[in-house]
Amino acid sequence: MKDLLNGWGITAAVFLPMVGALVMLAIPKSEETLHKVVALVTSLAVFAVGVALLWDFDYDHTAVLQYAQDKSWIELINARYLVGIDGISLPLIALTMLVVPLVIVYSWDHFPEPHNPKAFLLLILVLETGMIGTFVAQDLLLFFVFFELVLLPMYFMIGVWGGEQRKYASLKFFLYTAFGSALMIVSILAVYFLAEDKAGNALHTFAIPELAQWGGYGLAKSTALLIFAGFFMGFGIKVPMFPFHTWLPDAHTQAPTQGSVILAAVLLKLGTYGFVRIAVPILPVGAQSWAPVIGLLAVIGIIYGALGCLAQTDMKRLIAFSSVAHMGYVMLGIATLTPFGTNAAIFGMVAHGLITGMLFFIAGSVKDRFHTLEIKRLGGLLLQAPRMGWLLGFSVMASLGLPGLAGFWGEFPAILSAWEPGADLNQNLFRAFAVVAALGTVFAAGYLLWLLQRVAFGTPTEEFEGEHIHDMHLTDYIAWVPMVVLIVVLGIFPGLIFKVTNQAVVHSLMHLPGS
Amino acid sequence: MLTHVWIIPLIPALSFVAILAVGKRLPKKGAEIGIASVAICLVLALTTGIGWINRVNHPPESAHAEATTEAIETHEADATAEADHTPADAETEATTGEGDHAATSADEHAEGEEEHHVTPVERTVTWFQTGDTTIKAGTLIDGLSALMLVVVTFISLLVHVFSTDYVGGDRRETHYFAFLSLFTAAMLFYVISSNTLQMVVGWELVGLCSFALIGHWWEEKPNSDAALKAFLTNRVGDIGLLIGVTILYFAAGRTFDVLSLNTAANLPQGSPGSISHGLLLAGSLCLITAVMSKSGQFVLHTWLPDAMAGPTPVSALIHAATMVVAGIYLVARNYGVFFNGLSIGTANVNALAVVGCVTLLFGAALAFVQTDIKKVLAYSTVSQLGYMVAALGVGAWTAAIFHLFTHAVFKACLFLGSGSLAHHIHSFDMKKDMGGMRKRMPITHATFVIATLALMGFPLITAGFWSKDEILAGAHMLGGDGGYKFAVVMGLLGAVCTCAYMTRAYYYVFMGEPRGKSAEHELHENGPRITVPLMILAFGSIVVGWANLPEKVFGIGVPDSLSLRFEHFIEPTGLYFPSADNNFSHPEFVPWIALVSALAIVIGVGSAYLWYWKGKGPHGITERSKVARGGYQVLENKYYLDWLYTDVITGFVKGPFAKATNWFNQNVLDGVVNSVGEGARKAGGFVYHRIDQGVVDNVVKGSGLAAEGSGSVLRKSQNGKVQWYAAYLFLGATILAAIFVVVAS
Amino acid sequence: MFLNQFLLLAAALFCIGVYGVIARKNGVMVLMSIELILNAVNINLVAFSTMWFHAEGANPLAGQVFALFVIAVAAAEVGVGLAIVLAIFRNYKTVDLDQVDLMKG
Repeated sequence: MKDLLNGWGITAAVFLPMVGALVMLAIPKSEETLHKVVALVTSLAVFAVGVALLWDFDYDHTAVLQYAQDKSWIELINARYLVGIDGISLPLIALTMLVVPLVIVYSWDHFPEPHNPKAFLLLILVLETGMIGTFVAQDLLLFFVFFELVLLPMYFMIGVWGGEQRKYASLKFFLYTAFGSALMIVSILAVYFLAEDKAGNALHTFAIPELAQWGGYGLAKSTALLIFAGFFMGFGIKVPMFPFHTWLPDAHTQAPTQGSVILAAVLLKLGTYGFVRIAVPILPVGAQSWAPVIGLLAVIGIIYGALGCLAQTDMKRLIAFSSVAHMGYVMLGIATLTPFGTNAAIFGMVAHGLITGMLFFIAGSVKDRFHTLEIKRLGGLLLQAPRMGWLLGFSVMASLGLPGLAGFWGEFPAILSAWEPGADLNQNLFRAFAVVAALGTVFAAGYLLWLLQRVAFGTPTEEFEGEHIHDMHLTDYIAWVPMVVLIVVLGIFPGLIFKVTNQAVVHSLMHLPGS
Repeated sequence: MLTHVWIIPLIPALSFVAILAVGKRLPKKGAEIGIASVAICLVLALTTGIGWINRVNHPPESAHAEATTEAIETHEADATAEADHTPADAETEATTGEGDHAATSADEHAEGEEEHHVTPVERTVTWFQTGDTTIKAGTLIDGLSALMLVVVTFISLLVHVFSTDYVGGDRRETHYFAFLSLFTAAMLFYVISSNTLQMVVGWELVGLCSFALIGHWWEEKPNSDAALKAFLTNRVGDIGLLIGVTILYFAAGRTFDVLSLNTAANLPQGSPGSISHGLLLAGSLCLITAVMSKSGQFVLHTWLPDAMAGPTPVSALIHAATMVVAGIYLVARNYGVFFNGLSIGTANVNALAVVGCVTLLFGAALAFVQTDIKKVLAYSTVSQLGYMVAALGVGAWTAAIFHLFTHAVFKACLFLGSGSLAHHIHSFDMKKDMGGMRKRMPITHATFVIATLALMGFPLITAGFWSKDEILAGAHMLGGDGGYKFAVVMGLLGAVCTCAYMTRAYYYVFMGEPRGKSAEHELHENGPRITVPLMILAFGSIVVGWANLPEKVFGIGVPDSLSLRFEHFIEPTGLYFPSADNNFSHPEFVPWIALVSALAIVIGVGSAYLWYWKGKGPHGITERSKVARGGYQVLENKYYLDWLYTDVITGFVKGPFAKATNWFNQNVLDGVVNSVGEGARKAGGFVYHRIDQGVVDNVVKGSGLAAEGSGSVLRKSQNGKVQWYAAYLFLGATILAAIFVVVAS
Repeated sequence: MFLNQFLLLAAALFCIGVYGVIARKNGVMVLMSIELILNAVNINLVAFSTMWFHAEGANPLAGQVFALFVIAVAAAEVGVGLAIVLAIFRNYKTVDLDQVDLMKG
């Protein structure tokens, strides 16, 4: 089993969804149930591979790249098919493998108009390949391929099945993130050409472990800054960081529920993962210089996102802005360049994925039942659909960082680690960031509880007063219970993730002074 | 039991889940589970208490004098993952996981004093690891936590029983009991926490339960508004909590452990392992912010009166006896930090004392203008919490905790009493709907009176007297030269006010003839589930005061076995608690203070009696005097703080500020993005129309035109006439021939 | 004998023929002019052949043979040409070559 996994485990995990997609291509469009079954079986097979990977993972050496595969791909430019999993990618891979089957289960009876389960599920599977591929890729070019691969299915998901302004939103999403990626590819090439070993020989490699080992040695500081800037744009737009976040509210609001969930749960993490995996380890000098900027933008994002939330009248758009705020905490953790901060960031990624995914699920269900997401037209959800109301309350509490639930461990350690940042960063500046981030928790509670009050408490509005609103269906239960359980379990036992990420994070920060 | 206290919070937590799962189907809607779990917890808490008392009476042998060095070692040890400094003594029972802590207690300055040193019982496990630091989770039992366990479970049990009658038939009875259980679990978890991180968890969880219970009837917007207000005001204070915990974490050498932190805080400045005064001060001030919100101190107290929107038993449990004292507990638990950080032992004024004193007066003032009896009690709670904070601020630790204890008993009695009064008339409005209740609800009346007397501090026989006087004595005696004079003055003034407003409330509720709803309903005393808890609490209001009799009362000595029992068992004696080295000392009974406070009662009750019963005094002054009316309006509007917080600050943030941000986002940021898109499209259009179509294509077309033009010109030579062609032929041939001739030669 | 006289005669005949081909309207006259040109060439050929009759390496009767060829070809060509002119006459009812410009571009 271990050999099998060592050999083909990762490749299976990455490409099984594609296989499933190909199978679905062959099945005629009208066989809807068959499509659903194939999609679900494929995603569950991937999940099973994931469980096996989790089982056989060596938790005592999480910094070591495991299940690694190194095959030649494009010899001419020394791009290799280099994949592997370490402590940083494992939680995110697990998250992806969990979320996709849940989304497919949720979709069982909930396909958005125009009704086309074949295309829709196919796109989800292609997305899964892209997402898992990004997390396992250890070669920059391979990473880039998968990083871009996810753009197309999401573009179609938003553009075909989205809301009224879907064309604008999907195009904006695609072009904006592609713009960042264009700058990133320049940085990738720069790194390829400039990396040298200690003897001065050009490395000419895209392999991330080797480049991390190189750590920007021998680069002029201004060069390192510029290269980091390229990575910053590519990843920062995806996070999304203020002020490059404006694609997110539109994309989230217009996307169908399943698209929003995947976007929030996983796609946003590609950006932050990129920082942790690529930008910081390969260019520590650049990271040191950029960290104050990143920290500043992060805390601005926390407050700005919160203020944006307070002004929203659409529930989904509000949750979208809350993503900006939450990712602010993640980026603050990364900007501190300390193990605790980066651990917190990764934890925050997983927590946000589960919690905001949950919130979007609920928003989508509210849309299904009430056909509107206008907050002023909603109310009294706890009366008409109590279980969903409870779940909304639970998700709201998790989202505002209540200790005992997963969200807390993404926020408080970020604030804590900002108090004593690593790598000779300016302490007073980061302490100011910590205070602002703490203030952000008040804002978070404000907008979330206000949302809860308007939507769940009170009595139904006149419009929906006598209506019979369906509470949760069976598929909703199956789709949501695992996430709820995980949110609670991770909240009580944060060590589950910290144990996995810790060594890998320490290793990734090895070139930075005094972490 | 002392090492297994983690079970205690677990039981109500499980009960929470159980009630939600099956409560609706049970005959009493889940109350059975709740009551059973709390009762078990009470038994376990009492067992813990007894266990602790035994431990105090027979402390485990502590024969070494290397306590100081050990404390430093273990303090440093907590910063590394590999800590294994288990001292050879067996004082710290059964610690598991890495990094043991032994707050040893060898005392070098025991000469002449009857000191006893009892180490607390700490038990920890590894929670998680990050970087090189290992964070632990665990329980800590000493006198303080054992006391809190008993108080919380005891009051919770009484409230549970009371609720079965009071909340019976409620639309969401099951949820109510579920959240009562969750609250109990969270509070118990909070008080046995061994580190500040766990305390943050517990702190927030009780806030959650407070939110859920205040907003229990969330269909009506004022209730959910009150719930949000409570949560958000607490969140503001929590900024201080998070930053304070962070500061102290790093100050203590990257550990959250309470014992390590406070032991280090008590070390002399400059010695190895000590914490700088500035850090302690900063941490203390940040934590004070948190205390201000959670324990209803002025200016973050505004949520407490609004919290009265929740069911009355909730008010009794959470907003009188237990949750609001979480802040007090935070200070008491980390007293080493506060005592040294604010230089409580040597100063005449400090932030904590000021906050407490201001609160006790300003809260009391507001109680005078309330018509809702629960609000009177709420402001009274604010005021009494001010006393506790002030007590901690002047260095009278035991007095503060003792007052916490007595206050929990008599305030719960008062709140439950008000619930009993309102149970049938469904109204808390004293002026409109109450009156003459003493005749028809005798038990409620009697218990209310006893509890009121305790609150006023009726000398010698009520609990409030002993606890409040100890605070005043402490303000007088402790601190730097001259003590905390302002605290004595304000405390006495507060006592006068307390008596006056409670007498006012008594007048409206119990005297005169029934008005409004109480006249409409056939009033009668409530059933035993309501009255028995009241009687128990009233009894307690009398006797618990005798737990901390001073050594001398008016010169009369009190036998050692009876005096200062509370202090003996509850006040910590380890290195983590300030000692004489830190200028910590105890107040004694001060006769003149006792007399003056008795006088204060007379003044307070007397003036209220004259005003209300006899109608004397400047009635109607608010109509005649602008100043008086202005003052009254300030009080009515709660110092305009609510206006400031809700309308100005919150309204601004969620209204214009948020909208402006959104405008900025849509029009400026997105405007840039959109204009980039628009610009790209226009540029594309320009390039296409002007350059591609205009220039490049025109070149292509031009070549065509040129070809066509030249063609049409050249075509003219083709005129179809043969002879012309022949002529061309000959001409051409001639030219060629000429060329040949010329070239060939 | 003077070669020049023969060449002059041939040139004169040639020029008259060229003039006739280019300037005459009547198609038959054009054909006759073409005959003149051809015959002028014939005179040239025979004259040169006679002149070089005794030269070494020369083919003694090349010019006369060539002239005979020309006469034969000219005869054939006149036959075809007159047939064309007849066809033109039948279609255009005239042999004025200025009228036959259907192939103009």
